[in-house]
Amino acid sequence: MNKRSSWALPYLIFLVLFVVLPLLLIALYAIRDGSGGFTLSNLTRFFTDGDALSTFAVSIEVAIENTLICLLLGYPAAWILANKDLNKSAVTAILFILPMWINALMRTLATAELFNSLGFTLGKGTLIFGMVYDYLPFMIYPIYNVLLKMDKSYGEAAADLGATPSEVFRKVTLPLSKPGIFSGILMVFMPTVSTFAISEFLTNNKIKLFGTIIQENINSSMWNYGAALSLIMLVIIGLTTIILGGDEREVEGGTL
Amino acid sequence: MKKFLAQAYLWILLAFLYAPIAFIAIYSFTEAKAFGSWSGFSMNLYKNLLTGNVSGGNGLVAAIENTLVIALAASIVATILGTVSAIGIFNLRGRKKKTIQFLNSIPMINPDVITGVSLFLLFVFLHFSQGYLTVILAHITFCTPYVVLSVLPRLSQLNPNIYEAALDLGATPSQALRKVLIPQLRSGMLTGFILSFTMSLDDFAVTFFTRGTIGLETLSTFIYADARKGGLTPELRPLMTLIFIIILVVLGLINTRQSKSKQANHINF
Repeated sequence: MNKRSSWALPYLIFLVLFVVLPLLLIALYAIRDGSGGFTLSNLTRFFTDGDALSTFAVSIEVAIENTLICLLLGYPAAWILANKDLNKSAVTAILFILPMWINALMRTLATAELFNSLGFTLGKGTLIFGMVYDYLPFMIYPIYNVLLKMDKSYGEAAADLGATPSEVFRKVTLPLSKPGIFSGILMVFMPTVSTFAISEFLTNNKIKLFGTIIQENINSSMWNYGAALSLIMLVIIGLTTIILGGDEREVEGGTL
Repeated sequence: MKKFLAQAYLWILLAFLYAPIAFIAIYSFTEAKAFGSWSGFSMNLYKNLLTGNVSGGNGLVAAIENTLVIALAASIVATILGTVSAIGIFNLRGRKKKTIQFLNSIPMINPDVITGVSLFLLFVFLHFSQGYLTVILAHITFCTPYVVLSVLPRLSQLNPNIYEAALDLGATPSQALRKVLIPQLRSGMLTGFILSFTMSLDDFAVTFFTRGTIGLETLSTFIYADARKGGLTPELRPLMTLIFIIILVVLGLINTRQSKSKQANHINF
């Protein structure tokens, strides 16, 4: 056993203190009342809180729509970018991630202003459009990475054995790019549900998403209810991650 | 023909993605206070920004300074912590390795709001007064995993015998580390550092929850507060335009250098 393995120890302590403990605190605050006693009322309150429930439903709906549009627009883009016959330069790929270096709030405000000056009313439509702007690169990049690393000889072998180009795509390329698709979905869906500020800017405060409700409660010192809402969010994150089988290797495919 | 259609598709998408940025850039060349109205061509906003004479006091300048200090501090610590940990994780086996890799992936999967709220509760729980230090700690938390993941692949490409050879030839472990190991990990560390720096610069939610009530503003929280008040500080327009141009130039330089060195492994950001 190499003793350099002990070099991971400081980080392990750091992770326990700054990742594990804070998450446990969310759970702890969620089941406590203002004076520190045990209660489930924070959690049950969510299911009777009409405002929070409708915000939650809208968030899930917007997130699903955003994820689907990003996938439909992003997959072909990633496929073209990774295809040497169709796109030779790496520059185009870099151009797709470049906007991420501009402050997201500023980009969002500019998007809203652009819609305004084009005469669109800010609302659901502009929200979805703006979200796609913000998250499309997060869908393209993991898929592009997976497609780039994919062994091209599988597709060639399938073609040699008589598969049509569309069969090659459906039966070879698409299944092999699944890890990229999953990590793209993970990187678009969860952040959309939990986003705050962005949705208000894009809809002129007409539509709130779930992250905003959490933020409003925390900021008005309703820590326990805010923690309960965060806990519900965490459960959904856990479920999505398990369903999509997102382990650390797939997240790695999505490293920006 | 197929190639033409494919390229056309990419460029249409890019045109959409860049429309808001172009919008900012165009309106950086007019003096009008309200974003989206044009009062004739003028370079005055650039002049104000570069002389620090920004409308509405020095809030924006302070926010820029805070953002840079926090991003620099957080990404330096994250790069050191992440590299040391990556070496440790690389030498771990089995269950321990799986556990720490799982823990490492949590901050990357967690949405910003959750990271922000959870750290906010931590600092409240520990009665730790929130400000500069808590924001930097929070940024280190979400940056380090990316450094670990940038350095780990370099370690597996490394020939372990080189380090042993240095020791055999009389280098102390710290010399072998500085002169043999670190230089070979440099590209991974650099990627991790750049990722950390840009994520820290761009962060809004985590900073928002961990900055406390001492009035600490970064660029993101400043923009947020500005927009809520109704009316962005006009100098933000030239600032964003300049940032974009700087990034364009830096990436251009990196790209030409990389294509010159003709490395098989493509850039990872």
